Amino acid sequence: MSIAAKANSLWEYANPRKFLATSERVLPFFWITSAVCVVVGLVWGFFFTPDDYKQGSTVKIIYLHVPAALMAINCWLMMLATSLIWLVRRHHVSALASRAAAPVGIVMTLIALVTGAIWGQPMWGTWWAWDPRLTSFLILFLFYLGYVALWEAIEDPDTAADLTSVLCLVGSVFALLSRYAVNFWNQGLHQGASVMRVAAVTGADSEEKVSNVYFYPLLLCIIGFVLLFIALVLYRTGTEIRARRIKALQARERVSG
Amino acid sequence: MIALLLRDLKLAFRAGGGFGLGLAFFLIVTVLVPFSVGPQSSLLSTIAPGVLWLGALLACLLSLDRLLALDWEDGSLDLLATAPLPLESVVTIKALAHWLTTGLPLVLAAPFLGILLNLPVPGFFWLVISLLVGTPAMSVIGTFGAALTVGLKRGGLLLSLLVLPLYVPTLIFGAEVARRGATGMETQTPLLMLAGITAATIALLPFASAAVLRINLR
Amino acid sequence: MMPDLGKYADTVLWSYAASIVLLVLLLVISVVRGRRVRAEMEKIERRMTRDG
Repeated sequence: MSIAAKANSLWEYANPRKFLATSERVLPFFWITSAVCVVVGLVWGFFFTPDDYKQGSTVKIIYLHVPAALMAINCWLMMLATSLIWLVRRHHVSALASRAAAPVGIVMTLIALVTGAIWGQPMWGTWWAWDPRLTSFLILFLFYLGYVALWEAIEDPDTAADLTSVLCLVGSVFALLSRYAVNFWNQGLHQGASVMRVAAVTGADSEEKVSNVYFYPLLLCIIGFVLLFIALVLYRTGTEIRARRIKALQARERVSG
Repeated sequence: MIALLLRDLKLAFRAGGGFGLGLAFFLIVTVLVPFSVGPQSSLLSTIAPGVLWLGALLACLLSLDRLLALDWEDGSLDLLATAPLPLESVVTIKALAHWLTTGLPLVLAAPFLGILLNLPVPGFFWLVISLLVGTPAMSVIGTFGAALTVGLKRGGLLLSLLVLPLYVPTLIFGAEVARRGATGMETQTPLLMLAGITAATIALLPFASAAVLRINLR
Repeated sequence: MMPDLGKYADTVLWSYAASIVLLVLLLVISVVRGRRVRAEMEKIERRMTRDG
């Protein structure tokens, strides 16, 4: 199959009907596999992994914290992609998908922030430190809030899709900029706070710190969260498509009746 | 272009509100700070650069919803959009007018408010410099926010929610310059970053603002 | 069955509880809204086809 033909088959899902039919078919698969992965990963991590010699049992929090944090960022990236697709190719499904994804991103960001704060309390002796990572996540959270608020505020759906897409693009640039600004800003204040974190939370990639005992359940949880995210976004996009259709049908009724 | 700028400036002066209101707000915020944190002069001089930056930022924010809303209501924005002048330059002029009527007075007022907060002597220079470099970015970013929310009836609160996160980098680097200046540390790196952000936003953001405005005028 | 969580039991349990509550809330809200919207759409579509 040529690349062009493949591309065509991908764009077919821009047709709302086709999207609904297909998502209906694949959704059960995503729901079930994500549930299996998350539950098995969490149970494995919670019940069958040893305590860390330094952090004690709090190491078990990474099974929630890391996947949520990953998905919080990936969700924004997905919104960026779908916003671009909407602006360039004007597929309604794309705009609705980014609308559907935003609340999921908010919840993921919240989970990452909350678990981080609860973990930080015994580990750092404080709920909150203005660590660059924490601060960037807080800013990401604000961006999500603004994005959702703009969607809610505008009545005309196409205008809303356009404006939020532009906001998403501009916001991405500024979010990235904030990330670097925050890094710089905190170095100027206190460096020590982030040293302990490196071993603890980002350790998923540095093999020597997070041994395989923790790594496999964590990987399972990450896969589970990815699948859960896909399932949620597909489902919520379907909801948005139907809500849009209701509006269209009602408008038609008013005209004819 | 010049005519448009002069018209906007004239309107701002005649209406009075936007022009003086920002300054008064800046003054009040600065006066309220000692009431909330206590009168110790050592504490005040530590937080003075940050407080003044935050005050200027909020004062700037306060005047944003008037930036395009008045022209939107009386329809002159539609006229401007159909005028031979590209919308990008209209937006830039609007931002410039906003900066001249809000940003520049704030920069000039900041040293006097610095006295109230016991700002250390070397800090005055850097405070003014950092605000001078940073406030244009705030006007340009604010114009983008105003363009996003111009069609909404109660856009004011939403405007703040959208614009404040965008102000984060400017605030961080700007306040860093002022803080470092006040404590006698080197200020070159954050100042360059601040100038870079300002230059980039002035160069790029008007296109986004104009695009957004076109969508809203559709 | 319950593993010994040591002195950090509260920390771990609270973070699991908070995360799971948040996730479940998101799921419930999504599904409830999804069901309602779908039901309404089907109602309207049925009405439209009946009326022609």
